[in-house]
Amino acid sequence: MDYQTSAILAKYPRGQSDCLIPILQDIQEEYGYLSETAVVEVGRHLDLPSSKIFGLATFYNQFRFEPRGRFHVSLCHGTSCNVAAAPEILRELEKILKIRPGETTRDGMFSLEILACMGACHLAPLIRVNDNYHTKLDPGSIGDIIDSYITGEE
Amino acid sequence: MIVKIEVNSKVIKAQKGETIMSALKANGIKIPSICSMKDFTPTGACRMCVVEVEGSQGLVPSCSQPVNEWMKIKTHSPQVIKARKTIVELLLSNHPDDCLYCVRNGSCELQALAEELNVRERRIMGRKNKYKLDHSSPSIVRDPSKCILCGRCVRVCDEKLSVFAIDFVNRGNRTIIGTAYNKDLNFSSCINCGQCIMVCPTAALFEKDSLPELEDALHNPEKTVLVQYAPSVGVTLAEEFGVKPGKDISGLINAVLKKIGFERIFDTSFAADISVMEMTSELLARKNKKENMPLLTSCCPAWVKYVEQLYPDLLPFLSNTKSPQQILGSVLKSYYPEISGIAAGSIYSVAVAPCTAKKFEAQREEMTKKGISEVDLVLTTRELAKLIKLYGIDMNQIEPEIADDPYGMRSSAGKLFGVSGGVTEAVIRTMPHVSGAREPSRVKYQELRGGKGKKEAEIRIGKTTYRFAVVSGLSNVLPLLEDIKAGKCEYDFVEVMACMGGCINGGGQPVGSDENAVKARMKALYSIDEREIIRFSHKNPKVNELYNNHLGGLPGEKCKSLFHTTYSARKVLL
Repeated sequence: MDYQTSAILAKYPRGQSDCLIPILQDIQEEYGYLSETAVVEVGRHLDLPSSKIFGLATFYNQFRFEPRGRFHVSLCHGTSCNVAAAPEILRELEKILKIRPGETTRDGMFSLEILACMGACHLAPLIRVNDNYHTKLDPGSIGDIIDSYITGEE
Repeated sequence: MIVKIEVNSKVIKAQKGETIMSALKANGIKIPSICSMKDFTPTGACRMCVVEVEGSQGLVPSCSQPVNEWMKIKTHSPQVIKARKTIVELLLSNHPDDCLYCVRNGSCELQALAEELNVRERRIMGRKNKYKLDHSSPSIVRDPSKCILCGRCVRVCDEKLSVFAIDFVNRGNRTIIGTAYNKDLNFSSCINCGQCIMVCPTAALFEKDSLPELEDALHNPEKTVLVQYAPSVGVTLAEEFGVKPGKDISGLINAVLKKIGFERIFDTSFAADISVMEMTSELLARKNKKENMPLLTSCCPAWVKYVEQLYPDLLPFLSNTKSPQQILGSVLKSYYPEISGIAAGSIYSVAVAPCTAKKFEAQREEMTKKGISEVDLVLTTRELAKLIKLYGIDMNQIEPEIADDPYGMRSSAGKLFGVSGGVTEAVIRTMPHVSGAREPSRVKYQELRGGKGKKEAEIRIGKTTYRFAVVSGLSNVLPLLEDIKAGKCEYDFVEVMACMGGCINGGGQPVGSDENAVKARMKALYSIDEREIIRFSHKNPKVNELYNNHLGGLPGEKCKSLFHTTYSARKVLL
């Protein structure tokens, strides 16, 4: 077990399964996702099988099971964005990145996530890439945005 | 306390605190249900069992609602029927339409419900489920497309086996039953026992089909196909042909297998007799040396895998005697060619087992010699029934035959391996013989019989008293394992079977069998024992012949390489 996981687990009493969600949140905060090894460690700490932890964690949208990419793309899927072009943008993103929400590209460059609402309805539809916001998007411009990050990296 | 309730304008009596469903069942009123299982806490998930209760808002799930005095219930009102029918229609709306090609065609609960509720048109159109088939396990195939999310597999895996291999994954209409990290079953903590198959209402879970491979072997002129069948198969196969549970048709099985084209028919119970001899000497040797006590039995491959995964520290406690299937397998590929003249290379060894985990066991690396498996193929009881139907054999028109020489001969002690407690009883019967003590006067050990999860006995053999425990249903073994770990266990011998009641309730047995069926099978095995002349493993003449002519007595180096094995810790996602 690595140092951070054990430090997180040390904050919670052993065998107390109602701490599960706070522990998972702490781990995701630290690593950006829930790794297999971390889940097994949590299971050992709380005396829970990993299938049960995975079952619970997949119930919630907030947990990821793959590491984030260098560029983490969040798509707002609130009502306004949805009425604007969010579904088309999602399709576009999936086509270009060849991943689905919750996944990470094989080269580790991009990961994709859907957020319920970012609260910026007047700027709909919008995506966030790491800390940059791209607003009032046109689905056709997604390719250029993604390209700009790839060239920026090179 | 008895309370009165009114059902369909008729007064009936019910126990206070029992559920509406069980009260109705006791009074002969059948309520359809999918998710409810006897002896499990109700989940009320499927809503098939809804009834109308006067004064309640909406319909009430009868599986989880307790009765109240003078409750007024309508079980088949138009509203109730409409609700149930709609549920079935909804379940069918995303279900693959391939009943004709489905392994459970004819034994599917969803199909039966659609028929029962007179569903005659597709009223609700949904997008069909399409998930990939999980073929990874040597024993069990998962088809999530056919899953109706009743959760029975999850509960049996959790509550009866304590394996926790699967759970509900994701949410809402994306929910599926899956393993941790959606791994294939082979990488999960699944022990291949197949109890999930036994409770699955549809074909979302079924055993790996071995029939095509078998047919290839049967029609290959270069292969000599030998077959052995397990003790419990004889008392369960008849059910697949519509016979009431509890009928022994071992004689017919011999005849049928011959008809199908198997070259020689042997009885796994013969190898069970050998296993008794080996295990008994192992027990006595360990008791003398006072090391690694208690001896944990190793006939159940699901249980062995469980220990390898979860309790690797306890591996030295497992008996290193192979299971009867593998013992006979190794005899058939080593000694049998010498006495029969059949070339060892041409032998194709098949086993019929009540179990899906046996498929896994047959391909364990430890069960091979120079890359050749001791047992090439394992069929479940269900697959044997399919094979018989495939070959168009009319079970009513054949005469029973006896199994082939020499490994068709068995004692009834070996036959008892099919039932939880039987292994222990067989070992107790043989212990005086191996230890040189006087034989005790009784043959029957009533305290080790019956359907309880844990049974125990204290028996004096010679000058020593031995304590035996028998556990079936893996959940029941956990306290014992913790005791052993803490060094507090006082037993000398612990028999463990993963399935509740032993192999007669194994994961390869006919689906849809209930508690009464298991009881009837149990009774059938014990009555075979009552009627038998040879009731001790060490009195099986063919076993003695094998030991004397080939193995040079007991226990020798030769026995070790043929009948014993090793285990190792197994890394899976726990």
